[in-house]
Amino acid sequence: MDSDLFCEGLVRRFGSNAAVDHISLDVPAGTFFSILGPSGCGKTTLLRLLAGFDKPDEGDIHIRGQRMNDVPPNRRPVNMVFQHLALFPAMSVGDNIGYGLKRRKVPVAERRKRIAGVLEQVGLPGLEYRDPQELSGGQRQRVALARCLVLEPTLLLLDEPLGALDLKLREQMKVELKHLQKQFGTTFVYITHDQSEAMVMSDQVAVMREGRFDQVAPPEELYREPATPFVAGFVGDNNRLAGELVAIRDNLAEIRLDDGSLVQGRVASGDLETGRRAELYIRPESLVLSGDALSTGFSAMQAKVRTTLFDGANSRVEAENGGQPVYARLPQDGSAPKLSAGSAIRLAWDPVLARVFGADNP
Amino acid sequence: MSRWLPRIYLTLVYILIYVPIVVLVVFSFNESRTGYSWGGLGLRWYESLFDNRAMVGAMWNSLWLALSAATVSTVIGALTALALHRYRFRGKKLLNGMLFVVMMSPEIVLAISLLALFLLVGLQLGYVSLLLAHVTFCLPFVVITVMARLSGFDESLPEAARDLGASDFTMTRTVLIPVIMPALLAGWLLGFTLSLDDVVVSTFVSGPGYEILPLRIYSMVRVGLKPEVNALGTLLLVFSLVMLMLSQWILIRSKR
Repeated sequence: MDSDLFCEGLVRRFGSNAAVDHISLDVPAGTFFSILGPSGCGKTTLLRLLAGFDKPDEGDIHIRGQRMNDVPPNRRPVNMVFQHLALFPAMSVGDNIGYGLKRRKVPVAERRKRIAGVLEQVGLPGLEYRDPQELSGGQRQRVALARCLVLEPTLLLLDEPLGALDLKLREQMKVELKHLQKQFGTTFVYITHDQSEAMVMSDQVAVMREGRFDQVAPPEELYREPATPFVAGFVGDNNRLAGELVAIRDNLAEIRLDDGSLVQGRVASGDLETGRRAELYIRPESLVLSGDALSTGFSAMQAKVRTTLFDGANSRVEAENGGQPVYARLPQDGSAPKLSAGSAIRLAWDPVLARVFGADNP
Repeated sequence: MSRWLPRIYLTLVYILIYVPIVVLVVFSFNESRTGYSWGGLGLRWYESLFDNRAMVGAMWNSLWLALSAATVSTVIGALTALALHRYRFRGKKLLNGMLFVVMMSPEIVLAISLLALFLLVGLQLGYVSLLLAHVTFCLPFVVITVMARLSGFDESLPEAARDLGASDFTMTRTVLIPVIMPALLAGWLLGFTLSLDDVVVSTFVSGPGYEILPLRIYSMVRVGLKPEVNALGTLLLVFSLVMLMLSQWILIRSKR
């Protein structure tokens, strides 16, 4: 498969601090690629390098095989949807969308046809003459998208465009964006700090931290097999249990937790050593409230209930084990026992679902 | 009682502000020979004003000066504001501070220093010296008005324009200028008014060849004010009202 975007060894420094630190990426044509990371991880800097608003100190950017480092933003086959959309305030919806076409000297009649066409495609037929200020947040979003898509860019960059929308609209636009990407077939590079946005829409997600990619993988893989403790903690909810590594057997690591119980999880990093500290990550939905009977091969530990939180399907119990907080999902099908604060419970899990990393600080 | 007190107070304030203007307008249509008694309605003083060659000449000079000073300072001021807003350069803070120095320093100081400068470089006092002086004191007002407008400006708009294929020049023409238009207009009007009624600086830097209205009127005061001045005042009032309405109209149109 040919790639629309290919970067190698990108570095951008501000003073002594590298906001983008040797990043390489390869985005195949027609995919939805997300860069997910907490604020300040350098994702916006990276996007600005791709758009051409900033120049890398090292490394190369190739778009469809063409080196882009010295190409100014107005000559790149790349368009960007800005965080606050940046619709031109003194122009109508049609003029906003036609702005790029006009710069390319597309004749008026052709321009009008293409504006009408793209408005239809984003679900806003006939709004050419409206003032963007009169539109709702979701409609403005679509206008900003249409303004870029009408130019048929090789690459569409999106800088957290859903951040300004309210929760319900955001959920709706997530699905919408994914559909639009499929419909146009354009390669999207989407940056966000919201892991749910990245998970729902993307074909590939790069998790970024301190200027580097921790892991680049499809959403399911990111969730099931996080490569680093950071990814395990950042993508989705996770419990972290610290202890001492006792043994490694058949790719399973055995840990003695601080309260003394022996538990198991899959080996997830190469730096595990017996006798050293290690951390076990287990998702709240993988924990089961068990009675005395334990399924064979399952690990289990004792915990004390702190409180239960009812939230429909997302209800959970907050407990603690040896001073460490633990969350478990509380099924609402009547199978869960009634729990009161202070009562003791037993939490069990299939070791295959847990991942063990070496702890950074011994 | 307590409800009426503020209203009465407000009415008095407005009377204090507007009665002199109303009196001036009414008396400009007075037929009486003196300015102190009513002699019926008529255009006598308007005729006399337009017969007064020196006065009409001074009025045109003043208008021309104000027009050019406002335009020159708007162009330079807008560019200065854009530079201060967009770029980081050595001496930026100094330049910013100097603007305020010009604005805050007493006019008499500005007047004396400009006069000294003009004499030093051997510039003949006249239109050019007046223009330079007026541009000097109008400039900071334009810069500050435009800067205020730019400070609330979404930085990603110029970037979006570049991203969509606009060159720097096209971006400025199609995105930046429309956004700062109201500020340019306001700055221009401010400069125009400041220039039109400046007395102090003009007294120092004007020459015999180029007489302007405020100085002409001021010199008339000493030999006794003729009611012509009322007619002149009324004309200027109408002129500034028209300008104000024009600018509002342009602003509303540009907003749409």
